Amino acid sequence: MVEMKDFLSNDEIAWCPGCGDFGILNSVKKTLVKLGKQPKDVLLTSGIGQAAKLPHYIKCNCFNGLHGRALPPAVAAKIVNRELTVLVSAGDGDCYGEGGNHLIHNIRRNVDITVIVHNNQVYGLTKGQASPTTDPGYVTKIQTEGVILEPIHPLQMVIALGGGFVARGYSADSEHLSWLISEGINHKGFALIDVLQPCVTFNYKNTYEWYSKRVYKINDDKSYNPQDLIAAFQKAGEWGDRIPIGIIYKSEKETYEEKSGINKRAPLVDENIEDIDISSTLKEFI
Amino acid sequence: MRNELTIKIAGEAGQGMQTIGIALSKLFKRTGLNIFCNQDVMSRIRGGNNFTQLRISHKPIYTLRRDSDIVVALDKTSVSLHSKNMASAGIMILDKQKYNIADNQKTFFDVPLYDMAKKTGGNELFVNSVAFGLLAAITGIDFGYVEAVLKDIFSDKTEEIINKNIETARSGYDYAKNNFKQDVFAMKADKDKKQLLMNGHDAVALGAIRAGCKFYSAYPMSPSTPIMNVMAHFAKKFNIVVEQAEDEIAAINMIIGASFAGVRSMCATSGGGFALMVEGLSLAGMTETPIVVVDAQRPAPATGFPTRTEQADLDYLIHAGHGEFARAVFAPGTIEQTFYLTVRAFNLAEKYQLPVLIMTDQHLAESYRNIDKFDMDRAKVKRFIISKEESKAVTNYKRYQLTESGVSARAVPSWINDVIYADSDEHTEEGHITEDAGIRVKMVEKRFYKKMSGLSKELEKPVVYNLKGAKIILIGFGSTYGVLKEVSESLSNKRVGFIHLSQVWPFPSKEMIRLLKGAKKTIAVENNAAGQLARLLRRETGIKVDKSILKFDGRPFNVNGLKESIGKLLKVF
Repeated sequence: MVEMKDFLSNDEIAWCPGCGDFGILNSVKKTLVKLGKQPKDVLLTSGIGQAAKLPHYIKCNCFNGLHGRALPPAVAAKIVNRELTVLVSAGDGDCYGEGGNHLIHNIRRNVDITVIVHNNQVYGLTKGQASPTTDPGYVTKIQTEGVILEPIHPLQMVIALGGGFVARGYSADSEHLSWLISEGINHKGFALIDVLQPCVTFNYKNTYEWYSKRVYKINDDKSYNPQDLIAAFQKAGEWGDRIPIGIIYKSEKETYEEKSGINKRAPLVDENIEDIDISSTLKEFI
Repeated sequence: MRNELTIKIAGEAGQGMQTIGIALSKLFKRTGLNIFCNQDVMSRIRGGNNFTQLRISHKPIYTLRRDSDIVVALDKTSVSLHSKNMASAGIMILDKQKYNIADNQKTFFDVPLYDMAKKTGGNELFVNSVAFGLLAAITGIDFGYVEAVLKDIFSDKTEEIINKNIETARSGYDYAKNNFKQDVFAMKADKDKKQLLMNGHDAVALGAIRAGCKFYSAYPMSPSTPIMNVMAHFAKKFNIVVEQAEDEIAAINMIIGASFAGVRSMCATSGGGFALMVEGLSLAGMTETPIVVVDAQRPAPATGFPTRTEQADLDYLIHAGHGEFARAVFAPGTIEQTFYLTVRAFNLAEKYQLPVLIMTDQHLAESYRNIDKFDMDRAKVKRFIISKEESKAVTNYKRYQLTESGVSARAVPSWINDVIYADSDEHTEEGHITEDAGIRVKMVEKRFYKKMSGLSKELEKPVVYNLKGAKIILIGFGSTYGVLKEVSESLSNKRVGFIHLSQVWPFPSKEMIRLLKGAKKTIAVENNAAGQLARLLRRETGIKVDKSILKFDGRPFNVNGLKESIGKLLKVF
């Protein structure tokens, strides 16, 4: 049996008081307890930003890499060591901006990992610039006349690229988010959960109040079918007065592990490499 | 009868220069001769002018000659392009009718190459096999060898295709028997020594496989791609995952993730791709994650000459990455050295938990040579990781525990009953983010001073020749080994020796000071414009070379060219 205290890290938390990230941290821990995961069997990777600090605040394996590059180490670690439950903690700038190319291609790769994007629609650590998801018109020190670029629509993008598990959570609803994360982990393949997460210091617009008034749980509506691609795509684009949270799209696809056949081979990390015999190989060079 | 011969086959891209190069290399190797074969190709899929140059000798050879004894021109352009750089009494084999050439130069040997290809094979594409048979006959090789080699290199083709190749080769062979003087270019065949035939990048891949590399990721880029091809070819057999990355940034970050998770991993690229990897290199340094990265150099800046050769990334590789951290950089000069140093790169990376870079270049990568079988006792895997068995006893694990050597015990996630934190931020011994000045200093000392000190105690020794009493010492690194060796040997009566460095970082300063003590004249020989090795030598030892011979036209050095350059300097000295 694992308990919340098993995932307790002794690292001091460096987030602003009231940060939406606390809700995400709590949800991740709750999920891991619920699923009975051992800290030693969980790997959390991250890039750089406030979201990237999350792995330090949980007792589990952590690879805190470079900005935008949380995904490549995550998929490779999973490929070579399938015992690990691999989660990624990324920010909106991290995952949708700097690391966009990795997102695109890891959706295609479909390795069994779960990506949690802390989407606060602003850059926090660099002090308030627009992120790829900042609402148009939002004024910053750089975007002095308001953001003029169209925001990325992450859920639609992931669905369009063939992502098999696409969800949106809200950091203030920890129970619901924890359910989404556990569904994401249980999903076989690449799962992305975009989490609305108020930045209490830099985002003057998308506040707790702003989100709380708008979010509604899509899966409460029994007529909504997350396996209906067209409906899901439409729902993923809903933004404004009403913002859906929940499992937007779900479809089982063959994973990288299955397609490559590595799931049928010994985990690479268990291979004995002490004296690999390459003599039969050298016959091809005669 | 000849002891030595250089053959050049030239034609358009897509005419299979590489295939005929390999076929001829196998042919002569199996008859007990020594070969050195390189490719000169343009960065295009069809057209242009490509050639394969093959040097054959009774004694072991490591490099090229400039001048060809036999040129086979498979198109009209090749005739004019390759008329220069022919040996005295060299011949040009061409198809005058096909190329619409009326000239009757003394060197020309008109052969209806295309006519034979069409008549026998039904398709002009078989011109290659005609030339193959023709060359075997001219050099006095028995047709049995020709047949065996064709069966071997086309083993994945249908029987019909194999037979057509054999028939067309036979037509070329018979033509030469009937129309060429028999003894002029004949090479005395020897016993097949059953040696291996490979190029530098085959050796990198085989070294990686032997070293236990289990995860390879790269983005295709000339001239590094053949490493990925060989790794992929053997991936299933050795349970290796070869993953084509979306870009070089992903490639290096993936191999870092794989290594963090406990397996040996590698990526390869060329200069431009390496530029994208540089932040990742710094990440490996900071997180103390062992990785092996190959930079297959090509002429730059930017796109440069994609398919040609240069050694201009020396400065770049020893400095790449923001901040200060230890690394090792190897610059192998032969195929054998490439194999052994690749294995060593993995051992060293794991021992010190840092990136090890291997610099090759197009010339080393794509030149074939016959070599003895590898000595596996010299290619042993040494592991530096907490084993699965030992892991059970590990508690209170600190990934970055401060130690005398700067190296902390490395554990595999999920094996130990504890967790592992690795961080790109400055971090505590536990791996958590810190801003503490004291810890910062200790961690920099760990990653940089202590590891550099460890690395410096086990450097690859430079290879030296004829230094005692030498009037001139040539100094080089990487792929110039062969040309330094042959030129020095042939000028040994003029008291020329050489020093070849196969490890350029940490720089073997003490050894170089010792070797160059009392040296009369020194000449750095480098495939770059800045004289980067000479500069590095001066920076690290205070020793200034007397002259530099620099070649940066995208082509490798050859024996004749280098001898001429040294000859000029001999007059000055």
